[in-house]
Formats: sequence, C-alpha cells, structure tokens
Amino acid sequence: MTEFLFFIEVVVSGLLAGTMYSLVALGFVLIYKASSTFNFAQGAMVFFAVLAFVGFMELGLPFIPAFFVAVLLMFFVGFCTERLVLKPLISQSEDTLLMATIGLGFVLEGLAQAAWGVEVRRLDLGIGDFPIQWIIDTAGLFISALDLTASLVAGILIIGLALLFKYTKMGLGLRAVADDPGAASSIGIPLNNIMLVVWSAAGVVALVAGMMWGARAGVQFALVDLALKALPVLIIGGFSSIPGAIVGGLIIGATEKVLEVYIGPFFGGAIEGWAPYVLAIFFLLYRPEGLFGEKIIRRV
Amino acid sequence: MNSKFSFLGYTKGDLFNFIALLAVALVVVPLLVQSEYWYSSILIPWLCLALAAIGQQIVMGYAGQLALGAAGFMAAGAFACFNLILRVPDIPFFVALMLSGLVAAAFGVLFGLPSLRVRGIYLMVATLASQFFIIWMIDKFGWFKNYDTSGIITAQDIVIFGKPFTSPQEMYFVIVVVVTLLTILAINMARGSTGRNWMAVRDMDIAAESMGISLLKTKLQAFAICAFYCGVAGALFAFTYLKSLEPVAFDIKLSFKILFMVILGGLGTINGAFIGAAFILLFPVLLNSIGNNVFHGAIDATIISSIEQVVFGVLIIVFLIYEPLGMAKLWDNIKQRVISKIAPKSEPLKQKKT
Amino acid sequence: MTQGRKFSIGAPILEVNNISLSFGGVKAITGCSFAVLEHEIKAIIGPNGAGKSSMLNCINGIYKPQEGTIALKGKVLEKISPNIIARSGISRTFQNLALFKRMSVLDNILVGRKLHMKSNFLQVGFKMPGARAEEDENREKCEEIVEFLEIKDIRNTPVGNLPYGLQKKVELGRALATEAEVLLLDEPMAGMNVEEKREMCRFILKVNDEIGTTMVLIEHDMGVVMDISDNVVVLDYGKIIADGPPHEVRANQNVIDAYLGVAHD
Repeated sequence: MTEFLFFIEVVVSGLLAGTMYSLVALGFVLIYKASSTFNFAQGAMVFFAVLAFVGFMELGLPFIPAFFVAVLLMFFVGFCTERLVLKPLISQSEDTLLMATIGLGFVLEGLAQAAWGVEVRRLDLGIGDFPIQWIIDTAGLFISALDLTASLVAGILIIGLALLFKYTKMGLGLRAVADDPGAASSIGIPLNNIMLVVWSAAGVVALVAGMMWGARAGVQFALVDLALKALPVLIIGGFSSIPGAIVGGLIIGATEKVLEVYIGPFFGGAIEGWAPYVLAIFFLLYRPEGLFGEKIIRRV
Repeated sequence: MNSKFSFLGYTKGDLFNFIALLAVALVVVPLLVQSEYWYSSILIPWLCLALAAIGQQIVMGYAGQLALGAAGFMAAGAFACFNLILRVPDIPFFVALMLSGLVAAAFGVLFGLPSLRVRGIYLMVATLASQFFIIWMIDKFGWFKNYDTSGIITAQDIVIFGKPFTSPQEMYFVIVVVVTLLTILAINMARGSTGRNWMAVRDMDIAAESMGISLLKTKLQAFAICAFYCGVAGALFAFTYLKSLEPVAFDIKLSFKILFMVILGGLGTINGAFIGAAFILLFPVLLNSIGNNVFHGAIDATIISSIEQVVFGVLIIVFLIYEPLGMAKLWDNIKQRVISKIAPKSEPLKQKKT
Repeated sequence: MTQGRKFSIGAPILEVNNISLSFGGVKAITGCSFAVLEHEIKAIIGPNGAGKSSMLNCINGIYKPQEGTIALKGKVLEKISPNIIARSGISRTFQNLALFKRMSVLDNILVGRKLHMKSNFLQVGFKMPGARAEEDENREKCEEIVEFLEIKDIRNTPVGNLPYGLQKKVELGRALATEAEVLLLDEPMAGMNVEEKREMCRFILKVNDEIGTTMVLIEHDMGVVMDISDNVVVLDYGKIIADGPPHEVRANQNVIDAYLGVAHD
C-alpha cells in the first residue's frame, strides 16, 4: 500500500512540476498560434522578465508595483521585437525566423545579465516549497505548496487567455490572423497590433513562469536551460494548441519523475536531462503533429 | 565551354587561393608567429572549430537541415579518440582520428533519422536530444572515461611515427594537415554531384525526389558527414586545445557557438565556416583586450561577456535581415571592389538584374 | 500529324487503371482509367479543380491513390514514391514551379542528370577519375540542353532571380535532362504570353519529334492543346468524360457541357 501511495506521490508531484513546464510552453504556443513563428527566445524572456522583476524589487519597489513595471518592460520588449526583428523578416522562411529568435534570445540573456548581474537571487513569493500538512493528514501525500500554487496560477492564466481569445474582438482577429495572415490583413485586421498584443501576452506569461521557477530554483541563468525543456512539451502537445501545452507539460512532468525514480537508478541517475527529448523523438516519428496539433497535409 | 585553364576541374583562381593559403599557413605563420599564446589560444581552436563549422555547414547550409547538436558529435569524437588510443595498442594517431570521426558519424545517422519525418524546430529538438544524450552517456558510464573519478582526464600525447607532437607549434602543423585535407574534400563534395543533391533537397525536396534523389539517403549522408567532421574536430579540440577530456566542455553552448559561426559566416559556403569561426573566437578576445587596455579592467568581466552575447545576438538578426549570405558574402563584395580598383579594365561580371 | 514522324505512335506505355484518390473524404479522382501511347503527346484538360494535377501527382508517386494501379510498359509500379518512379523512367515539371531557387540554371539542370551519375560522395570528394569523367560528360549534356532551350546567357544565374517565363523553361530543361521516357508537364505554359507559348510549344514538339519522348501535359489554352496533342483526356469532377483525338473531343457533348458549365444533375 505504501508502495502504491509512493507511486501516486511521484506521479502527482511530477504532474504538478509539469504545470511549470506548461507555463513556459504556453508562451511559445501564443506566438506560434498567431504567427507560425517558433520563438526560441521564450526561455530567455522568462529569465529576462523575472530578473527584471527581482531587480526592481531590489531597487526598493514593493511587490505589486515591481510586477507591473516588469509587465510594462515586457510590453516594451514585445514592441521592439515586433518592430525590429519580425517586421523586417516578414515573408521569410520559418527557419530564418527561428534563427532570428535564437539571436533575440542571446540579446535578452546578455542584456539581463549586463543590467542585473549574474549572481543567483532568491525570490520569496511567500509560498513555501514544502508539503502541505493538510494533504499529508487527509491523503497521506506529500505535495508542495509551491507546486500547487503554480498549477493554480497556470490554470487561471489559461482560462484567462482562453476567454480573451474566445470572447474579445482582439481574440477573433487573432484567430483570423492565425488562420491566414494575408486574408486577415486584407479585410482590415491590424496585423501589427495583433502581433504586439501576442508578444506582450507572451511576455507576461514569461514573467509569471519565471516567478514560479524562480521561487523554486532561484532566479538564475539555469532558467534558460529549463525553458529548453518546454520544447519536448510542445512537440508532444502540438505547437499550436493551448490544451496541448498543458497536457504535454503534465506528461513530461510525470514521465520524467517516474522514470527518474524507478528507472534512473539503473543508469546512474540524471536521465531527466534527456528522457523528455527521447520521448519527444518517439512522438516525432509516430505523431509529428503532436497530440492536439492539426494534422499537416502537404499539398503540391 | 571556352578553353579556360583547368586542373582537376579547379580554376586558376582556386589554385592560386589554395597555394597562397597553404603558403601562409605553413610558411608565413610559423615564421612570423613565435608566441605560444597565438598558437594555443587562437590558431588551434580556430582551425578545430572551423572544421566543426564545416560539418554544421554541410548539414545546415547545404542540406538545409536545422540541426543543433554539433558539440554532442564533437564529444563523441573526442572520447572515441581517447578510448581508441587508450585501448588499441600502437594505433596510429591519424587512424584513431578517422575512426573517431566514424564513431561520431554513426551517432549522426542515428539522430539524423528524425529528419526524414520533420524539419525546422522539430528537427532542432530531435538533434538537441543527441546533444543531451551523448553528454549524459559519457558522463554516466565510467568506461568512457576509463573510470576516472576526478572528472577531468588528461589527453594522451599525439605521437606520429614515433615522434611526439606536444608543443603548440607542432600540434598546429598536425591540425593544418588534417584541416586542409578535410576542407578540400568538403569543397569537392559541395561543388560536385553530392553537393547538388544536398542543395536540391534544401531548396525543394519534392522536386529533388522527382528527379530521383532519395531523401532518406541524402539527408542521412549529410548528417553522417556533418557528424564525421564534428567528430574529428572534437578529437582535435580535446587533444590539442583543451588537452583534457571533460564532457562539460562540449555543452549546448558550444553547439550554439558553432551554429552562430555558420549563420554569421554565411550559410552554404565553406569559407564562411572559417570566417564565422574566426569572428566568434576573436571577437571576445578583442572585447577583453579593449576592456583591459582601454578601460583598464574597470569593466566587470561578466559585463564584458554579456556584451559579447548581445553583440552576437544582434549580429545574427542584422545579418539575417540585411545579408543572409553572411560575412563570406561581405568578404566577396570587398574582394570584388578591390579587384575592380586594381584592374578596372577587366570585364565586368555579367549579372542579370532582377 | 502522325505521318512523317521519326517515332510513330506505338503501344500503350503508361496505363492508369481505375484510380481513385481522396483527401480525408474529399474525392479528387474517382475511378479513372486511361492509357498513354508510346511517343505520343497526350493532353489532360478540364475545368479548375477537376483533378488534373492530382492525376499527375499520382502517376509521379507524390500522392498515393487509395485504389487502382499505374503500369509503365505493362509493369505495375509497386512501391510508389517519387524517387522510385523517377528511376523507372518518368520525369516531370510542376504547376507552381519547383526549382532549386538558390542554385544556378546549370546546376538545376544538372540535378536532372542525377540518375545518370553513379559516383558516391567519396569518389566525388576525392575527385576520382571516374567521378570527374562522369561530371564532365553530364555537364556537357546539360550545356547541350541549355543551348537547345536558348538560355545560354543565364546559365550561371541563380534561378530565383529569373523571370517566370525563363524559370518555366529551366524547369523543362531539368525534366529533359533526366532523359526519361515519359515526361509529365503540369501547365508548362501557364502565365506566358502568346510568343512565349509559341516558343514553348516549339520546344515540346521538337523534343517529341527528335527524341521521341512521350509527353503527358496539362494545359488550359485550348488552341495549344488542339495544336500539339495527339490525344486528349478530359477530366471533370475527378472523372474522365472524354478520351480521344482532339477533333473528336472538341465535338463531344459532355465536354462542351463541362466547359460551358451546364449544371450537374
């Protein structure tokens, strides 16, 4: 029985950790949906945003104002990206755009470090990364309060974004752009503004994701590498699907933990570094469009 | 075809360049450059990384497959070389080097398989898997490191025909020989039918297939050759530059560096690999010396490395927007201008305007 | 037209038997059968969306029909993939230009020689004598094609920089370079002016006449079709509604209805 409880605990903690991946993946999906651009800089944006936030707090700003200044900063980053990088490269191949966002990622990482230094910072959100007593008492499971909060925040963000897309004029325009940018702009949908909104939204998502990760692991450069883990999440979920990002994150989170606990010891541990990627390769071979992505039919 | 001078299909210009470059590498440099620093910190890593960049160039610039795992293949080559020399008695260095390349090539084929189904970012993720997997494998299985626990293993001395090549200058000669041979090989492939098949797959895969090109064979071949070059480069890098073997030296950052060399140098050109490698390697050196000599160390080292990152990122974006063919193209333009200044009477190149 | 030809029209070389193709429930082709005779020029015509390009894509192996078979010289093509079909002697051009944009005109045409070049990458890399001879030989062949198509002055220009009409020519050149027995030409004259069309017709007839290449072409210009083709297949809504010599097809009531847009039942 304790064996089984332990297994459940591993799975649950994996699932909760997975929501953190989902949060990062969400930022990728937002931009991919609107512009079919894969934004490799999303990881750098996570790092940049949370470092800025911590930086503003260090300057003496209280939590809430620091958050909003960081949000404004991310709007500005989105604006610059749209105007200086994406617009000049419009109508270029997907690979070119991808390479450009790799460059953008380097710029953001460099700027963040130049402005705020390289040392690891603690970020205290007032939520401890320790098990909640109440759950231990009732279900006998050890579940971290931070994990639980992160998944709640992820849930709220997703519902918020989904509502935004479904019920606002902006959302309708965005879906039109995602479907066919040419047609959308020809009927008067302001393409630039939509892109601006999308990049800003991705910036805010990055900030929130960064705060969650930062609270757990410290605000540091390693966040960029963590964000790379969102890539297999996206492949499993499908690049253009918000539910896909969530489910993909959960699958990666749970699989990674289960593999690490039950199979890892046979290989000397640390397989979580590559296991998600290998899982992703299997998806690539058998279901390249991911769980929720649209099947790509190639026309000649 | 007019009766142009031609030797083995090379033009006069090709041969002139070749002889001039070889003369510089084998005569001028050894005569002029005496400081060990230049050999061990600039020339040696430059040539090693340029070799890896040629590999990346083949798979990405020619075959159009967005791969991001060059450092993983380099690690495979480096550790293969270490183990071959360690475990095979009296194996000649060059044989070990070539075999290391082949070991890396095997990994290249394995992790190139996803390229048959996917492209772009999907492929990038699949090749990232190779990067992480190879490094993890070397790290976790003691055999690869000969059960060394210190984490850093000293590379064996390079011995060729009983003569040890241990000083930076001596190692430089070894590298020049290997890099020259492999560069000529790459140029021949790129200009010949092999390269045409790669580029056809890159530019329009369905049409390439309809002309009888097998995508499977062509893509895997590009991956294998890329990994071979990276493997040899990795072995040389470890044995001559690092002088030690540690998996962390071949992390994802190195893969990004090699990717940048190729993008900045110019996709689809062999000389772009050399130019890009020189830039990525020399720019930080320049930045550091500015920091030390102009600002006398007033600028923090971490700030300097941050500036370096920003500059690389900005350059990538600027080149993609304004000169997708990279520094190699800029270099060509400068050369054209100089030539037309020196010999203004020569016939202007016929070029159709679009 | 059949008279005085160096290569007189012979037995069926390409047979399409009862082919059906659908994309997720949408039927593109339903139960089509027709034969292409050796050395003939066969036109496939029909209104937009009739399934003409899909038909060529099936023959060429890009699409896999759910039903039916395709036979070349009486042999059913088993493993259907473009490169295997190419090996069995069918080459093609594409409707929306599928050239290798960053390669020069000559290199594009040289790719067409792929199946005539057997050297592997090591032989090419080391410039072995065999590989060099092979390269020279094939280059010469391509120069001949360049000369034939009168595009000598642009042979070193990247094709991406060329105007549309010239690109169409280069694509024909690449297909010719394969020396395939059957050429599939998907709208080789689309978007051309009268003069360019006339020139293209001249090339197509010349190739058919001098080398005897069998041609299957899709074309919208009825004048051109009536002029150069030996036989015409008419497709409408994925079905064959007529098959025969141009004058017969022109008189066919079904064809007239399809083109004038008579309502379907």
